Amino acid sequence: MGTIPQEHYEPKEGTTSKWINDRLPIMGMIDHLQKFPTPKNLNYAYVFGGILVLFLVIQIVTGIVLAMHYQTGEASAFKSVEHIMRDVNYGWLLRYAHANGASFFFIAVYAHIFRGLYYGSYKAPREILWIIGVLIFVVMMATAFMGYVLPWGQMSFWGAKVITSLFGAIPLVGESLKEWLWGGPFVGDATLNRMFSLHYLLPFVIAGLTVLHIWALHHVGNTNPTGVEVRKESLETVKKDTVPFTPFYVTKDLFAILVFLIAFAFFVYFAPNYLGHPDNYIEANPLATPAHIVPEWYFLPFYAILRAITFDIFWIIPAKLGGVLAMFGAIAILAFAPWLDTSNVRSTTYRPIYRWWFIVLVIDFFVLMWAGGQPAEGIVPLVSLLATIYWFAHFLIVLPVVGLIEKPLPRPETIEEAFRAKHSDDDNDRNQSAGIAAQPAE
Amino acid sequence: MAHGDDKEGNGHGHVADEDRRDILFLATGATAAVGVASAVWPLIDQMNASASVLALSSMEVDVSALEPGQEMKVSFLKAPVFIRRMTEEDIAEAQKEDIGDLPDPSARNPNMPDADATVDARLLGENKDIIVLSGVCTHLGCVPLGDGAGDFNGWFCPCHGSHYDNLGRIRQGPAPENLPIPVASMDGDILKLG
Repeated sequence: MGTIPQEHYEPKEGTTSKWINDRLPIMGMIDHLQKFPTPKNLNYAYVFGGILVLFLVIQIVTGIVLAMHYQTGEASAFKSVEHIMRDVNYGWLLRYAHANGASFFFIAVYAHIFRGLYYGSYKAPREILWIIGVLIFVVMMATAFMGYVLPWGQMSFWGAKVITSLFGAIPLVGESLKEWLWGGPFVGDATLNRMFSLHYLLPFVIAGLTVLHIWALHHVGNTNPTGVEVRKESLETVKKDTVPFTPFYVTKDLFAILVFLIAFAFFVYFAPNYLGHPDNYIEANPLATPAHIVPEWYFLPFYAILRAITFDIFWIIPAKLGGVLAMFGAIAILAFAPWLDTSNVRSTTYRPIYRWWFIVLVIDFFVLMWAGGQPAEGIVPLVSLLATIYWFAHFLIVLPVVGLIEKPLPRPETIEEAFRAKHSDDDNDRNQSAGIAAQPAE
Repeated sequence: MAHGDDKEGNGHGHVADEDRRDILFLATGATAAVGVASAVWPLIDQMNASASVLALSSMEVDVSALEPGQEMKVSFLKAPVFIRRMTEEDIAEAQKEDIGDLPDPSARNPNMPDADATVDARLLGENKDIIVLSGVCTHLGCVPLGDGAGDFNGWFCPCHGSHYDNLGRIRQGPAPENLPIPVASMDGDILKLG
């Protein structure tokens, strides 16, 4: 199936598995997924993919169930959400799990993206894998935004109005596009109904993209903290560099999921509204805007970039359009990372200069997040602008230039070697007696 | 993670290590099963009637305006309930029937369980002249027509042709049972449903 040699699936003669597999090779696929050769040196930065799959499932399941009670429409949306909170059996739990689930989904996706940036997961041959990931991120943001509109509180309504008004900034077609999105000259029933329809659809688009993402992953194989590829010459060399996904990474992922779910449960049960805004418990009022409109925390970095552009760019792009372009550009630029990065070293561990710039990028991300949550006054606009400039400079200047001037540190020849060097103390004994390195737990 | 196990494993024998693993495996599995069950239950229970729906399961109806021979229909739990004050002729006609000849000899009256479908067991009120019926055909759930409809001067279901007499007892057609009497009681002219 992939470029990594893996033991071929051979079902026993006369078994049901064989009967099925001869007609639909699903048993072979399950076998491939279970035994997938995974680099044996993955650290805990690599657990977020599994967490993300779990949270996609949690969001879809709780969402389907909430849709059984939610009633879209200006007159009924807010009321039906209160009905869910007060009357529906366990409705409070399902809604809090769904709302906080979105937050934890984004915590995991940001960790996953920065993991990819640090370990060079976007570099050849993983460009398509990476781009599909960026697409998933974009669809996730659209889904989360539309979901936030559904309760039809003050933040829902004004968030919807402000974000859809962004499209009004597009020259020539902007105004018509905005009215088309709204379904009329105002944000109302038509807007809310289409948001509900799309909020139900998009998660399944994410699920489809996730299948492609995992398919691409299984074709090219995981990266790992050394950035050194698995030796694909033969089954022998593969076995020296990898362990089967089951049970090794299933166990590790499950442990990480458990820790992550504990934090999730803390928020659901003890601080369910901590990440939300009290204003959204006031029903939407088209005649009064809340004093301070803020998106959910996971949009803040990009919201800060949107607000950072308060001047016309190059005298031709008006500020309003500039902000919109900068915001979408800040996400889109991720997709170009594979071509902007000129270094042929994957892992930042071996890149002494880039390492510092990566840390700056992470700090920059949190600065933007902070700035996005503040009222746009005092020092905030300047901080937003500087942080926005760095965000773009990181991809457009740092990635190309550092790759050219940097002298990378010596890298291990193989994953096997790196693994052995790290675990030599407790491995000596076994390596001498058994002569194999691929089965650490037995 | 794996090498940590190995380090400990070297100190114990193989058998002890396997026993320990079995116990850990079972304990983890059992905890996971309980966890999954607790997570799944809210997903199932949310489809059950909520307390706010169940709270609607009782209502009172004033029947003082009902003259003999008049019938009214009320909506109870989003289904029709027929209420009719019988005339003396109605009662006399209903009394002629031999219970043994009825397709369904049971009173279908939860207020008088196990009673036969006699006039006494089908009627409510101090004067035993009020009949209260669930207006849902026992065949497939249509609402029968009233006011003396059908061959037996009671109710007639137009969907598949079930005829009920003036006590709501099935007489002819595919319906298997008499129209049931809801849980109800009379306090003067006030009928309490549920």
